[in-house]
Amino acid sequence: MRVEVFTFLVAGAICVGGALGVVLFRNPVHNALSLVATLFGVAVLFIAQEAYFLAAIQVIVYAGAIVILFLFVIMLLGVDRAEALESDPFHLRRTITILGGAVLLVGSVAILLAAGQRATGRESVTAPLDGGASDVERLGRAIFTDYVFAFEITALLLTVAVVGAVVLTRRSVGAPIDLEEFPDGTAYDIWLEDHPGSELEVPDAEDELDREDDPADPDGLGDPVEPEADEAEPAVVEPVGSESETTEAAR
Amino acid sequence: MFTFGDSWYLVLAAIIFAIGAVGLIVRRNPLVMFMCVELMLNAVNLTFVAFGNLLNDVGGQTVVFFVLVVAAAEVVVGLAIIVAIMRRRADANADDLSLLRG
Repeated sequence: MRVEVFTFLVAGAICVGGALGVVLFRNPVHNALSLVATLFGVAVLFIAQEAYFLAAIQVIVYAGAIVILFLFVIMLLGVDRAEALESDPFHLRRTITILGGAVLLVGSVAILLAAGQRATGRESVTAPLDGGASDVERLGRAIFTDYVFAFEITALLLTVAVVGAVVLTRRSVGAPIDLEEFPDGTAYDIWLEDHPGSELEVPDAEDELDREDDPADPDGLGDPVEPEADEAEPAVVEPVGSESETTEAAR
Repeated sequence: MFTFGDSWYLVLAAIIFAIGAVGLIVRRNPLVMFMCVELMLNAVNLTFVAFGNLLNDVGGQTVVFFVLVVAAAEVVVGLAIIVAIMRRRADANADDLSLLRG
């Protein structure tokens, strides 16, 4: 029992200290590292409650993947730029929030202590936690029987998240970019400098409007291809392979 | 009241949750706000595991498993949104992002 109390106190102190660090540090990198401390503390508390599999997953997914993702984004934006995102919150809002947080904390702790060691609800009959098997086996049995539909929805969710992340962060061809951040322009611009005279046609709204009013091209279909020019002047006609190459370079 | 038990875990989770909630509202840096959301999710996870122990039910740990997956997906999409916004506006903190305000 004394070992349990000692473990709880040490891990709990790490958790609370890390949580305070996330809120109080100014530098986003320090925030992320404090978050790691909290996540490790929670993993230790999982082990103390015999949730070994969840503790491993906690370390691998949270500390190993999520926090690294945070650090990637901080480094991508630049630490100075990420730090400059902070505005001074209004003092009134800060005061009210801290008061509200204190009320939330005191209220929930009071309720918990008043309830003592009891919990509403009934002990499980069909899926007991101490059913004799290891926790991985019990968890796997629950996920692949009772929760199998939720598990499959989870797979769909992850796919949607990956596709969404790609769509959100991808820049379409011809979209404006921040020239202060990338003084050389896009990869397509750099490629164009090395390959002059092979511009990729980028359709944009103004161009479309011009075409509709163009008397020489009443259908708005763009320049008609002259069939006789095909073999006679290969230098004028752009080779087919070059366009797909251009598209790849622009992305 | 002061003997060691599962309610200690619940109290600790309440403390972490309150810190995360306050941080979410006080800080204006979208990255730090996301970290505060992660704190709150972890506090809830701790509560689920503690209740699973208290009621001798594997359901608590199962829910934590799903919360972990959803948290990972949420962080991926959220950080992608932040990167997409930062590409267009250099100094966008959470107060400036009011385009969708009704």
